[in-house]
Amino acid sequence: MNDIMTAKNLNLWYDKTQALKNVNITIPEKSITAFIGPSGCGKSTFLKTLNRMNDLIPTVRITGEISYNGQNIYDSTVDVNELRREIGMVFQKPNPFPMSIYDNIAYGPRTHGIRSKVKLDEIVEQSLRDAAIWDEVKDRLKKNALGMSGGQQQRLCIARALAVKPKILLMDEPTSALDPISTLRIEELAIELKKSYTIVIVTHNMQQAVRISDNTAFFLMGELIEYGETEKLFSQPEDKRTEDYITGRFG
Amino acid sequence: MLSKKRKAYIGGMKAAMYISTGITAVFVIFLVAYVFIKGIPNISWELLSTKPSYISGNIGILPDILNTIYIVLTTLIVVIPLGVGAAIYLTEYAKNKKIVGIIEYAAETLSGIPSIIYGSVGMLFFCEFLGFRKSLLAGAMTLVIMNLPTVMRTTQESLKTVPQSYRDGAFGLGAGKWRVIRKVVLPGCVDGVITGCILSVGRILGESAALLFTAGFAHALNGIIDGLSSPGASLTVALYVYAKEQGEFGIAFAIAAILMILTLLINLSAALVSRYFMKKRKF
Repeated sequence: MNDIMTAKNLNLWYDKTQALKNVNITIPEKSITAFIGPSGCGKSTFLKTLNRMNDLIPTVRITGEISYNGQNIYDSTVDVNELRREIGMVFQKPNPFPMSIYDNIAYGPRTHGIRSKVKLDEIVEQSLRDAAIWDEVKDRLKKNALGMSGGQQQRLCIARALAVKPKILLMDEPTSALDPISTLRIEELAIELKKSYTIVIVTHNMQQAVRISDNTAFFLMGELIEYGETEKLFSQPEDKRTEDYITGRFG
Repeated sequence: MLSKKRKAYIGGMKAAMYISTGITAVFVIFLVAYVFIKGIPNISWELLSTKPSYISGNIGILPDILNTIYIVLTTLIVVIPLGVGAAIYLTEYAKNKKIVGIIEYAAETLSGIPSIIYGSVGMLFFCEFLGFRKSLLAGAMTLVIMNLPTVMRTTQESLKTVPQSYRDGAFGLGAGKWRVIRKVVLPGCVDGVITGCILSVGRILGESAALLFTAGFAHALNGIIDGLSSPGASLTVALYVYAKEQGEFGIAFAIAAILMILTLLINLSAALVSRYFMKKRKF
């Protein structure tokens, strides 16, 4: 499998607090990579460095390098908007815009210059189908998205992210606000999506990491402690701290 | 069981509250009733549709109504883009939070300054220094400065109620900052902007001191273009002139009644607008 993203000696500070310490990791294409670790370990922070969402926080300082397709995404020549189009994001809490289902999906393509009604209709339908929600919403595309259930909203947000045709999908604890059945549907969806997309998912739920991911990275206090194939990491962890965490000794 | 003393105390407090509520209500009702009883009989179609003439002795307030409309429109056209723009800059773009804090504090202080001070500054700056002389334009510009803090602050407050998660979602799709603001943030806070504007209209309608100095007292019937460049009395100023300088108390009360009805309508529409938008959005 080809590698799509690589982080080299990545450090990150919020003001004076160091949140990431010398992270090195390589993320393979068309697979699911899970980040696990206790709260405040830096897994979400690291996820957000991958599409530069941390840029929005003024006090953040970053050193090191993250390369995507061979280019450092923190290089000054990089177009951040284009980067975020290629590396999409799904957030912890479903955050559909307060507009119709159709307009939610069309927001991204319209942002990137698609005006044709025919083309937009096509993208909206395809994205909703890919996110396995088309059958539930096809009759109410003009209804406000905030009227949907939490699980539907999250799948809508996934559809919205897919609508701009990204290469990578970053998911920041996408199921932590959802019920078990919605969670299951999102997990099935992730497995389906990895055929065409690279998925990086932050999760609090270790069973979830085992169920869906190919590789798992364990973070602790801003450091990447262990990274490898999910099956191996959970059955024969190399580091004592990983073992302690996955056996529930702390967290 | 409550002691006698305690019972008397509770009873006394209750009575005190009833009395203060009663006094407040009586004052308001008395004021409204007094103005309407004195004013409404004097409102006639002729009063509303003619201009005053010293030769025929006719009194009409059509020019004053038009002047008021011109002032309200001109003020809004200038103050909305300025105030909303400043609010967007301060909440969404400005990096230096300390300076933002100072500006917000200054704006709040500005909105508490007595309007006669705006009037005298407006007179010196717009009428004299910029050479507008006494005109509706000078009056409207003075009201712009007066209302700028209100429009800016209400817009800012409603910008702050738009959840950060909407912005994150839009940025995550690769939208640029301006697009995020225009398509996601602003639609989420229209209600605040509109409410701020309606409140401003109320203030403009009710303003007299600032206009006495800057817009003058004339009752000439003009179109909007000529009107802006010439002096003219708004309804409130006309009220003052009729009551204080011509002793026409009947006319003054008629104008007062009209102003009170307008204020009532404006407050009602502000309430309706915010209720409409509250229903539309759920966050």
